[in-house]
Amino acid sequence: MRIGNQKDFWSGLMFLVLGLGFVGFAQNYEMGTAQRMGPAYFPTALGGLLAILGLVIAIQGLAQKTGPDGDIERFHFGPLVIVLGAVALFGLLLRPAGLVAALLALIGVSAYASHEFRLREIVPLAVFLVALVLAVFVWGLGLVIPLWPAFMVQ
Amino acid sequence: MELLNNLALGFETALTLQNLAYCLAGVIIGTLIGVLPGLGPVATLAMLLPFTYSLPPVSALIMLSGIYYGAQYGGSTTAILVNLPGESSSVVTCLDGYQMARRGRAGAALGIAAIGSFIAGSFATLLIAAFALPLVEVAFKFGPAEYFSLMVLGLIGAVVLASGSLIKAIAMIVLGLLLGLVGTDVNSGVARFAFDIPELTDGIGFVGVAMGVFAFCEIVTNVEKHEHREVFTDKVKNLMPTLKDLKDAAPAIARGTLLGSLLGILPGGGALLAAFASYSMEKKIAGAKADPPFGQGNIRGVAGPESANNSGAQTSFIPMLTLGIPPNAVMALMIGAMTIHNIQPGPQVMSSNPALFWGLIASMWVGNLMLVVLNLPMIGIWVQLLKVPYKWLYPAILVFCCIGAYSLNNNPFDVYVTAIFGAIGYVFYKLGCEPAPLILGFILGPMMEENLRRAMLLSRGDPTVFFTRPLSLTLLLMAVALVVVVALPAIKSKREEAFQEVD
Repeated sequence: MRIGNQKDFWSGLMFLVLGLGFVGFAQNYEMGTAQRMGPAYFPTALGGLLAILGLVIAIQGLAQKTGPDGDIERFHFGPLVIVLGAVALFGLLLRPAGLVAALLALIGVSAYASHEFRLREIVPLAVFLVALVLAVFVWGLGLVIPLWPAFMVQ
Repeated sequence: MELLNNLALGFETALTLQNLAYCLAGVIIGTLIGVLPGLGPVATLAMLLPFTYSLPPVSALIMLSGIYYGAQYGGSTTAILVNLPGESSSVVTCLDGYQMARRGRAGAALGIAAIGSFIAGSFATLLIAAFALPLVEVAFKFGPAEYFSLMVLGLIGAVVLASGSLIKAIAMIVLGLLLGLVGTDVNSGVARFAFDIPELTDGIGFVGVAMGVFAFCEIVTNVEKHEHREVFTDKVKNLMPTLKDLKDAAPAIARGTLLGSLLGILPGGGALLAAFASYSMEKKIAGAKADPPFGQGNIRGVAGPESANNSGAQTSFIPMLTLGIPPNAVMALMIGAMTIHNIQPGPQVMSSNPALFWGLIASMWVGNLMLVVLNLPMIGIWVQLLKVPYKWLYPAILVFCCIGAYSLNNNPFDVYVTAIFGAIGYVFYKLGCEPAPLILGFILGPMMEENLRRAMLLSRGDPTVFFTRPLSLTLLLMAVALVVVVALPAIKSKREEAFQEVD
């Protein structure tokens, strides 16, 4: 059988799983009573509500016939992984390698996600952005961020 | 007279050299980023919030509100010149504004948008000042049960007026509430859903969530699209509208201002709904005689919605300031900013921090004045910004977001949180789940639990307390009525039709 509205069906399923997950993990904590609610009380109630909502959404999605509107657009994993990977790389590099290296990695990798990527445009952009960040945030606002790799400072 | 005294205190605060400077900086930075296509006000605010942490609370909030209406105004500029709405509420401005630009009247469209916004903003500021006192007095009668019911009403109201599937929006609220509960429980000291990650015992930072699901998600979806823009940058001359333009636009500005102020107070997508309602009203009033017809560059189609969305944006501060309830995602961020500065949002802000409260209100008027004064001469610079291609822009946005996220706690963990929420936001986008209700729930989660607990403790575990206290019952009945009304088949199809027309 074909799923009537794929977006609704899968998002319903997502809510159902997340709701049950919250209910499940909440059971590690104390439930308490209605008068003196423990840490598990509110999350359990909300998680249950989320699961029920998810179930309803999923069933509606199964039954509805919305046609192509309800189809899920293609996931473009390329840009997603490159952009968010560049962000994660920035986080990883910041402390060991310093701000300048982390910024260069962030700009270089993320710019590659664009389908119009040109190296000779990105190099001046990176130089400009690094200079701007150093001027505004480090010297201007005085943010405390290590600038250079740890081994060079010592 | 009390009002005048309060406003005097407000202007005293807002007109200090320091606060004027922050207001100006906020307005300029907000407009600058708002003009750049592909970053709406919520994403802009989330990106810049961390950099206001070191300021005193009043200056931080003044600057953030400046950024907000600056971004809103910048978004309209982009809508008129590029036909690319930076945010949902300028969708309507695209309809006639872009057509005016194509006929070589971009200057008049931009000018009338600025003038209309200023008039609307001034009126809304007065309205906020007048409404604040009585509302705060009502709010002081609220016990925990009333607060809980008010939050339920606020959250429901926020989604019924927004576009998209109602039940999915409610599910997103509940998910947001749950995510808001992550971290140490204030009553028992138990670290909930922290999975032994020390950073999570303080909860998930809301800036990371907002940056992830708004800014990062916008970037990823923009990068994957191949888009073509047509920019009218060379034809922007003669910013001052002609006398005939002003005469044509005046009634639309007046109607838009009133409509927007009214709709902005209601919870929900204040600015979006206001802009749309004003556009359809102007279209109806003008009828078939409209010259040029609506959709082909009628100046009232720009003046009305622009005034409405600005006054709506402004009056949405009312529930945020007086009750501590955010009516939309932007106000949720403002509440987050207040909590970071150790100000407990709610009716007590006015009495405990009168300078902040009235200073913020006065600064709104000052900020709106700055917008007009700045934008009329500086529009040429904004227009040049539109020529910056997106492929250079988004690495810059990422840089600011990453540094902002890191500087929250000087910890790369917040950068990872932002990246993870970027991925989650992307999944939401593909599944057609709106992220704004998630942020509202996220901010209100802990407050809601706290009030529920207190109410139940006072009632000795009797849940009927929410129905036996008249004020609480009224609020809950209003919430139920909203859901029922929106779910009615006749209104449901009308609502879908209305939002479709905007799309």
